[in-house]
Amino acid sequence: MKPPAVGYARAGDVQEAVGLLAEHGTDSKVLAGGQSLVPLLSFRLARPSVLVDVNPIGDLAYIREDDGALVIGATTRQRDVELSPVVAEAVPMLPEALRHVGHVTNRNRGTVGGSVAHADSAAELPTVVTCLGGEIVVEGPRGRRTIAAEDYFTGTFTTATEYDELLTAVRFPRLPAGTGVAVEELARRHGDFAIVAAFAAVHLGPDGTVDLVRLGLSGVDSVPRRLHEAEAALLGTRPTAEAITAAAATAPNTIRPSSDVHAPAGYRREMAELLIRRAITTASERSEVTT
Amino acid sequence: MSDVQVSDKRTVSVTINGHVYTAEVAPRVTLADFLRKECGLTGTHLGCEHGVCGACTIMLDGRTARACLMLAVQVDGCTITTVEGLARNGELNPLQQAFWDNHGLQCGFCTSGMLMCATEFLEQNPKPTGEEVREAISGNLCRCTGYASIVKSVLDAADRMAADEGAR
Ligand code: FES
Ligand code: FES
Repeated sequence: MKPPAVGYARAGDVQEAVGLLAEHGTDSKVLAGGQSLVPLLSFRLARPSVLVDVNPIGDLAYIREDDGALVIGATTRQRDVELSPVVAEAVPMLPEALRHVGHVTNRNRGTVGGSVAHADSAAELPTVVTCLGGEIVVEGPRGRRTIAAEDYFTGTFTTATEYDELLTAVRFPRLPAGTGVAVEELARRHGDFAIVAAFAAVHLGPDGTVDLVRLGLSGVDSVPRRLHEAEAALLGTRPTAEAITAAAATAPNTIRPSSDVHAPAGYRREMAELLIRRAITTASERSEVTT
Repeated sequence: MSDVQVSDKRTVSVTINGHVYTAEVAPRVTLADFLRKECGLTGTHLGCEHGVCGACTIMLDGRTARACLMLAVQVDGCTITTVEGLARNGELNPLQQAFWDNHGLQCGFCTSGMLMCATEFLEQNPKPTGEEVREAISGNLCRCTGYASIVKSVLDAADRMAADEGAR
């Protein structure tokens, strides 16, 4: 269980990283927090010839607000995001979700950009950015592109990024004050990968009806999923038990879970419905009517 | 063409438990192997070598990290504390003493990781509940103790540290 022989280069800025990726092509791999890549190396599941270490790029570690969005630089540590008061205020779903990402020790090193770029559909961050309608910013030799999260994740561990592009930031739309959020996760043990995880954000208008709702699921498809049908079913209604049950009931038909050693597809389907129902219920209870 | 050099050996200079270690390493060498083989600090253990057991937990620039999930070439210029750095002048620190007194270890394989994890945890949460301790060590696997005595040790350490704090 040792990584194979590999070349190593430290990128001091985005240009250097992109230059290295362009030069070494698909034989190179970006090393960020290493919480997924280093085990892949040790298992010899990944055998790049060059590791491009982006940790030295200090400019990519930031949390800032920009035009209604919370922008998080690619190499920002997950733990810093989890503990940031700015994040808690703007996108409270993030700290809630991050508590399920591995353990504190993993989040100390793990980065936001790394988790999104790794594109594991069972992971939490890809689903958070997808269900909130966020965007991914990548930079390459042809300049900068901003990609909607739903277009960014294209398949299992696959994204719309080209080999010579580097993920530089993730943009999360700000949630209005009073939005209730909840994350419900089924895992063997705390910190393990989710078998199924459900994410909900609910905001109520002055008349007590839902005027904003964002719903997502991890572990139920080859990509992180946003539940558009369930969102449409809830919008404009009072979040009663009946309305929530009806909205959650649309979830199983819109996902394509697979069977693996952790759980059969049918079980994942049932858990998806149950967990999204619970998440919507809790998020609704936590939302405050603002006037 | 990029003007950044790709290397297959690099000189690493890192401060570990107050001493500077300098060595030439290949990028494939994990930080854990570097600590154990290059620096002779075998207190950091390797259980799984892929980030699930926590045995290799160390403190890197004030935060815990899994030494099997880092490459030695990444720590050039960093400050590291390993389990060997916890005791002062041959005397166990309060956390270590609490593990000793409460039978927080049997074979000791997981202990260095448990100690490093609990060190960070108690800094951030000096008055934890048993439930919080359980969650904090949930990423560290122990095959011997059944965890109960480890939880007890961490809670006892919190009390001792609070008493030390009060006595000051
Ligand atoms: S040896 Fe590093 S986590 Fe198991
Ligand atoms: S004391 Fe033996 S593994 Fe924990």
